[in-house]
Amino acid sequence: MAGGALRAAVAALVLAAWGAHGLYFHIGETEKRCFIEEIPDETMVIGNYRTQLWDKQSESFLPSTPGLGMHVEVKDPDGKVVLSRQYGSEGRFTFTSHTPGEHQICLHSNSTRMALFAGGKLRVHLDIQVGEHTNNYPEIAAKDKLTELQLRARQLLDQVEQIQKEQNYQRYREERFRMTSESTNQRVLWWSIAQTIILILTGIWQMRHLKSFFEAKKLV
Amino acid sequence: MRAGMRALPVLMLVSVLGALRAGGTELTFELPDSDRQCFHQELERGLKFTLDYQVITGGHYDVDCYVEDPNGRTIYKETKKQYDSFPHRTEVQGVYTFCFSNEFSTFSHKTVYFDFQVGDEPPILPDMSNRVTALTQMESACVTIHEALNTVIDSQTHYRLREAQDRSRAEDLNGRVSYWSVGETLILFVVSIGQVLLLKSFFTEKRPSSGSTST
Repeated sequence: MAGGALRAAVAALVLAAWGAHGLYFHIGETEKRCFIEEIPDETMVIGNYRTQLWDKQSESFLPSTPGLGMHVEVKDPDGKVVLSRQYGSEGRFTFTSHTPGEHQICLHSNSTRMALFAGGKLRVHLDIQVGEHTNNYPEIAAKDKLTELQLRARQLLDQVEQIQKEQNYQRYREERFRMTSESTNQRVLWWSIAQTIILILTGIWQMRHLKSFFEAKKLV
Repeated sequence: MRAGMRALPVLMLVSVLGALRAGGTELTFELPDSDRQCFHQELERGLKFTLDYQVITGGHYDVDCYVEDPNGRTIYKETKKQYDSFPHRTEVQGVYTFCFSNEFSTFSHKTVYFDFQVGDEPPILPDMSNRVTALTQMESACVTIHEALNTVIDSQTHYRLREAQDRSRAEDLNGRVSYWSVGETLILFVVSIGQVLLLKSFFTEKRPSSGSTST
């Protein structure tokens, strides 16, 4: 019981302290904000957000507003929806990429209290962590009972794994780039030849047509 | 075992608070044409922060950027930059604002990446900051490797962004080659047929007088 109360106190303190330090931006009522994350495959992404509503009476942002919802939609590089969920006024969303490429994370508010929102702004605190930054090392140390040195080694292993994934992804991207460049090269080559042939044929047609026209007119 | 379990929430609390002293956000977002988007962060006095930004796709790959301190004073302002890095040590405590503007562009929307790093990296375990003994060789080697790997990851991010920009330009070029080729062929047909028709029309108008040349 005491553990539960302590955990609740920890959670409250975490949210309060985190909210004071995160990056935030303002969005309008029906505005949709999208962020792009270009990541290799099998990479975990954790996003935390917190919303505050502008209060006209007190001319400030309320610390927290129940009833305010945010809809989070995540699309993979092929446009397929990976995650599409409604969260409360603060939430945490997680997804793992299965294809490498640009994933799009879109947020828009889905407020149930439109009257409150009329002419108001919404302040959104957002934090997105990717790959090895999603690991919580003190938690891992406590769970696996690692010494400081073992924890350091674990962190270095995670970092190296992320570097390897990024390098594989780079190889895949370079292949796409090379295909695009070769396609451009081919197109320029074939179209140049085709246009020269068309030009010559058109010239020949013009001359023959005009010659027959002048012969008919008895000018030649 | 019991004490360890009880210490876990406290450990988590301290670690999270410790992590909040420093941190960073890197985001990639789309900036529509004639639009401006601002981000804000509350910072303490005496903190060192760095703002790196780069335009990945769109138009001439440039964007306006400015940074304001809590007193509204502009501490950094650049127009039509492709990429830049701005380090600064805060002198005032409060909310710092940085904005990206695409207001000079009428039809090209841009994709902008920015990385806002605040302070130094927190230690991996919260109780490391009050250790009494010096680091062993093993531990200092680990710290060196960790910092080197951070440099590698940063450089990979830099290359990934440049590759994305180059690929965007290449795909743009590919599309433009196709459109212009087809367009030029059509113009060629139109011009050549038009020339012939025009020339024919000169001679058909002078029909009454052209008959005299044959006599």
